[in-house]
Amino acid sequence: MKHVLAVLVEDKPGALTRISGLFSRRGFNIENIAVGETLTPGISRMTITVEGSELLIEQVVKQLHKLINVIRVSNLSTEPSVMRELMLIKVNAEVGNRSDIQQIVETFRGKVVDVSPDSMVVEVTGNEDKMEAIKLLLQHFGIKEIVRTGKIALLRGSKVTRESLNGSRWQ
Amino acid sequence: MKKKLTRGSAMILSALHKEGVEIVFGFPGGAVLPLYDQLYDDPIKHLLVRHEQAAVHAADGYARVTGKPGVVFATSGPGATNLVTGIANAYMDSVPMVLITGQVAKNFIGTDAFQEADITGITIPVTKHNYLVRDIEDLPAILAEAFYIASTGRRGPVLVDIPKDIFDQEAYFEYNTRCDIPGYKPTYEGHVGQVSRAVKAIRDAKKPVIFGGGGLIRSGASTALRELAEAAQIPVILSLMGLGAYPGDRELFLGMPGMHGSVTANYALTEADLIIATGVRFDDRVTGKLESFARHAKIIHIDIDPAEIGKNVAIDIPIVGDVKMVLEELLRKLRPGDTADWLKQIFAWQKKFPMPLGSGSAGGSLKPQFVIRELSRLSGEDTIVATDVGQHQMWSAQHFIVRDPNTFLTSGGLGTMGYGFPAAIGAKLAAPDKKVICISGDGSFQMNIQELTTAVHNKIDLTIAIINNGFLGMVRQWQDIFYAKRYSYTEMEGNPDFVKVAEAFGAKGLRAASDKEATAAIKEAMQTKGPVLIDFIVDPEENVYPMVAPNHPINEIIVGGDQQ
Repeated sequence: MKHVLAVLVEDKPGALTRISGLFSRRGFNIENIAVGETLTPGISRMTITVEGSELLIEQVVKQLHKLINVIRVSNLSTEPSVMRELMLIKVNAEVGNRSDIQQIVETFRGKVVDVSPDSMVVEVTGNEDKMEAIKLLLQHFGIKEIVRTGKIALLRGSKVTRESLNGSRWQ
Repeated sequence: MKKKLTRGSAMILSALHKEGVEIVFGFPGGAVLPLYDQLYDDPIKHLLVRHEQAAVHAADGYARVTGKPGVVFATSGPGATNLVTGIANAYMDSVPMVLITGQVAKNFIGTDAFQEADITGITIPVTKHNYLVRDIEDLPAILAEAFYIASTGRRGPVLVDIPKDIFDQEAYFEYNTRCDIPGYKPTYEGHVGQVSRAVKAIRDAKKPVIFGGGGLIRSGASTALRELAEAAQIPVILSLMGLGAYPGDRELFLGMPGMHGSVTANYALTEADLIIATGVRFDDRVTGKLESFARHAKIIHIDIDPAEIGKNVAIDIPIVGDVKMVLEELLRKLRPGDTADWLKQIFAWQKKFPMPLGSGSAGGSLKPQFVIRELSRLSGEDTIVATDVGQHQMWSAQHFIVRDPNTFLTSGGLGTMGYGFPAAIGAKLAAPDKKVICISGDGSFQMNIQELTTAVHNKIDLTIAIINNGFLGMVRQWQDIFYAKRYSYTEMEGNPDFVKVAEAFGAKGLRAASDKEATAAIKEAMQTKGPVLIDFIVDPEENVYPMVAPNHPINEIIVGGDQQ
């Protein structure tokens, strides 16, 4: 099963190396990873998607916790959460099929963000199923290039993944 | 009081004083010149080794004996990379240590400068944490954190890499040993509910056994363990790292489990209905084939590191916490069960399967097991043993009676040949009043033989016992059993004359090739101010038994030897 982990990390040089190194060293597979800032200066949030059994994920979480720079690890897959990814697709587009592409993009509530004489760049956000579905449909026209941000996620409801740094000198 | 500006190198020594550091193990070089210049006038002692690896192992031995972090200085590049084996060794065995390395100056970092190595990058996988200091303002807090992280929670090595120019820069020095690190909050007290479940499990158990490891020693839990074992009449098995946590000469002690463990310990783990695992990590050398390990047992696992719980073996009652605090809590609530029948069974096994004393195949030659027993018998009760890695290590674990915690120093996790001798030097510096013996092999000893200079020059009073079989004995044993006796490059042809080597370095050298000579040499060594080296010429093809083949159930034991 795929698990999405929210990892709050002190924004220190080498923190990403420590985390990616941990995954390769212990034979855990990162499916994707997205990093960005949080509301608290000095703390970054990583969203890491890992495939594995419950037992493996338990080890991943525990090993992540052991890293000094890691403040908190939450498994968002065990609770209702919103998961999104952004994808940019450069697809072959001639005058004759632009409207077909446009229609598909609209169906998926995507946007055409760039047009050139023989191609279009399409932006879509959504969950993994949606990404795969639009990819499949656009393949028909020939996809030239694709880029994805990796998944990010938040718990549904008012519950948050806390990022407090009480009393730290890093504040 | 007016704050005054302090230089980086002075900050380091001030921090060392505040942490109560008495001795540093190290080797100077270009990038640490300012630090060594500061050390020149400082009362802190410095042991100059002859290879940086030995500095780490010596600091490791010192740390194991005192319980305080060992401190190491080394220079950038090769100085730092030479530390890596020692750091990995300390990490695997959870030994507290702070290593300070020099780095090339900040503006040279990343340019492949002379003697530049990315030592923080290199040591991420083998340190509990590490730092590259980028700003002199951060140095005081980083030093305090390094000591705090190394010596709390699950102990381990912390490396601080300092660019050369930072040693000479100045900032205000304020040292606060009470660190608050948001991502580092070890749990010390066991969960009340889990402790109650453990109490009930102990009360209901018919065949309980305590299986303890290095965590007992690091947390100072020996007394609590002893009281628990004896109050509840539960036999004690100790892993290699745990030896000494319970006195090796008491009735309830069953020895070490696993690959070269005692038959009784392995049978007891296999038959037990309750295993109280304390400060252990269920290493593959202990469990054998995982699917067959302790199939009848409920397992309580007490450990400071949550990641060890459930890592290799499924646990019924996990208790995260300091082993000593949790055992004391268990003791307060203890309701002993009835273990009389179980102990009867255990003592019957012990009688039937004593530790084999040697095969006797090469009639009349000196047996390594005899040498270890004589060392144990003649060295007295207040002795620290440091071993290297291989057959002699297993024979030491089996036959040397270890009575107290922190008196059996061995490379358990990493299995580092070359660990023993420098660790023994560190141990002697930590405990000048104790007898210290390094038990080594002819292979292992040559991996840090250069430290004879360090030992002789510093008049380190210790005995080096080389169990010399002319082979890399443990590898040869595996070739013997699993590779049809094809002894590929395990014969130590070209070994030097160790007695002459000792003498050339200025130490005393003795040789023994028979039982009588062995006893006499040990007696002489114990009377002589060291370093003394004894070259024991032993049966070259003696194997370590009992033995469980790798990935086999631990009750499938090759007993071996002459059962007597």
